Amino acid sequence: MAQIFAYIAHKNGVVEDSAAELAVAAKKIDAAAQVTAIVTGSGSTLDSACQGAAKLYAQVWKVDNAALAYPNGEVVRKALAKIVPAGSILLVPHDTFGMDMAPGLSIKLDAAYAADIVGLDGLDGATLKAVRQEFAGMAHTHVAIDTAKGAVLTLRPGSFQPDGAGASGSVTDKSGDAGDLSAKRRFLQVVEAETGDVDITKADVLVSVGRGIEDAENISIAQELADAMGAVVSCSRPIVDAKWLEKARQVGTSGKTVKPKVYMAMGISGSFQHLGGIKGSPFIVAVNKNPKAPIFQVADVGIVENILEFMPAMTEKLG
Amino acid sequence: MEILVCVKRVPDTAENEISIKGDGTDIERDDLVYSVNEWDNYATEEAIQIRDKVGGSVTVVTVGDSESEEILRRQMAMGADKGILLADDAFEGSDGRGIASILKAEIQKGKYDLVLTGAQADDGAAQVGGMLAAMLDWPYASLVNKVDVEGGKLKIGREIEGGNQEMNEIELPCVLSIQTGINEPRYVGIRGIRKVASVEIPSHGAGDLGIAAGSVGAAAAKVKRADYFTPELGKGAEILEGSMEEKIDKLIELLKAKGGLK
Ligand SMILES: Cc1cc2nc3c(=O)[nH]c(=O)nc-3n(C[C@H](O)[C@H](O)[C@H](O)COP(=O)(O)OP(=O)(O)OC[C@H]3O[C@@H](n4cnc5c(N)ncnc54)[C@H](O)[C@@H]3O)c2cc1C
Ligand SMILES: Nc1ncnc2c1ncn2[C@@H]1O[C@H](COP(=O)(O)O)[C@@H](O)[C@H]1O
Repeated sequence: MAQIFAYIAHKNGVVEDSAAELAVAAKKIDAAAQVTAIVTGSGSTLDSACQGAAKLYAQVWKVDNAALAYPNGEVVRKALAKIVPAGSILLVPHDTFGMDMAPGLSIKLDAAYAADIVGLDGLDGATLKAVRQEFAGMAHTHVAIDTAKGAVLTLRPGSFQPDGAGASGSVTDKSGDAGDLSAKRRFLQVVEAETGDVDITKADVLVSVGRGIEDAENISIAQELADAMGAVVSCSRPIVDAKWLEKARQVGTSGKTVKPKVYMAMGISGSFQHLGGIKGSPFIVAVNKNPKAPIFQVADVGIVENILEFMPAMTEKLG
Repeated sequence: MEILVCVKRVPDTAENEISIKGDGTDIERDDLVYSVNEWDNYATEEAIQIRDKVGGSVTVVTVGDSESEEILRRQMAMGADKGILLADDAFEGSDGRGIASILKAEIQKGKYDLVLTGAQADDGAAQVGGMLAAMLDWPYASLVNKVDVEGGKLKIGREIEGGNQEMNEIELPCVLSIQTGINEPRYVGIRGIRKVASVEIPSHGAGDLGIAAGSVGAAAAKVKRADYFTPELGKGAEILEGSMEEKIDKLIELLKAKGGLK
């Protein structure tokens, strides 16, 4: 049976939620497997991250190197290509780091690669059955992954619920095995997102518009409804890409995390990157003209209507 | 700078309802509207802007079939100088690794300084760019939302969580996957498409690229789609029925109960 490893994401010495999620996912691949966490970084924050990982995994491999202080995908890939034994299954979170580092690693390890996995049905021989989504969540698929020569898998954040199981793992220092970590991409600095005039993270009620708003001029329709409701206007990413609203109003993994009481999703399909920015289980109302939009699977209340007719009608009713 | 942009023809999810065929082998493709993958459009625009600043040329390439030619022409109408179609029955059923191997073979026939891909395509894998870079042994950066040419290097921004931006310096040649929002892709009118309608687009197959039969395509794929299915829904939303007016009344009532309306 293949050895299973989990790459641990951490920040300021604290392991991210994905660390516990990958531990659960590993059990779904092979309930009996002894899973090894790999934690890369540098200095005291790495040590505390290793302590965090040891509470979840029986074995922890620590890789300490100044070149790993910031998780530069190009450098981490080099280290992992040296350290992960051939034929292993490596789990990585499907976040902006995983998307950067993992596809290339699968080539370096000559292993299979499957990205953004949302479900795992376990191994049958060397074939791993997993669940993915295509077309922005509008279609689900089963995929068969040939793990005979190993596999690198990225897992969608939030798809595997931590089971509360703990461990008191031991930490092994593998720093000496990482080899040459020089890279042709050099990390310079992180530029923080700009703050806007409005703080959508503090609003109790959000009227959030997506691509269904169709045109910059229609944003005012949403603003009028928000005014009538005492709400704030937020949006999905395409609205910011088109420069119809400022970045500070974007909800999602690459935008803001909001915790309203009520979230009105207007013409938003419900991609996982969008939903990833909604926390605290608000009451979600979705209005969408497509009855099959994935947002209806997570919303509390759904209305199949054209938002360009629905919003003015509701504003008038409240007025 | 010689720039290659990898583009893919995909069903346009903003224009289509996606439904699954009864036997689960595929989605219903008969009435689908196809277009160039959203991310690839930003990649093409970025390539054109870089070329216009520092000189050189932009080539767009796709692994597809004869119908994929239309997206190459569309990107040429935007301003790409050249299009290349990579088509062969042997390519069918390739997984991401297969697509990357085919692209790699084409890249090695040319002399490119920069290869751009989209961050992800219709199946959301976000894999081809990173695989391609690893195969070429070139540096890679994903989710790029800023590119500045500085001498023989690039200064780039990568989008990371929370909308923060990770700045990097990267050496050429390299592969970058481009994130939406990096620029505002120019509009292509019917006139622009007409202008390039008769431009010759070369098509290369496995033989031209020196790709061994069986090293790509369905037989070589390590990841295979078994089926499409409709998941058992959770509780799902309570769908409000009736006239628009009735739906609004019901919603207002519910919102009042939830504290969403004073
Ligand atoms: C790394 C990464 C990070 C990302 N981060 C974010 C993020 O932070 N936030 C985010 O939102 N996205 C993010 N995305 C993008 C995300 O994947 C989706 O592309 C995006 O959320 C889709 O936005 P949307 O729902 O508005 O548009 P679409 O998916 O195009 O959906 C539009 C919806 O509107 C409906 N509609 C159309 N017209 C009407 C009408 N007149 N009336 C009613 N309904 C209508 C359609 O049926 C459809 O369901 C990210 C992507 C990547 C790769
Ligand atoms: N068939 C293809 N032909 C050319 N480029 C492709 C193809 N498939 C994927 N790509 C490129 O790889 C990027 C990421 O796609 P994917 O890895 O499939 O999510 C796309 O945005 C394209 O730039």
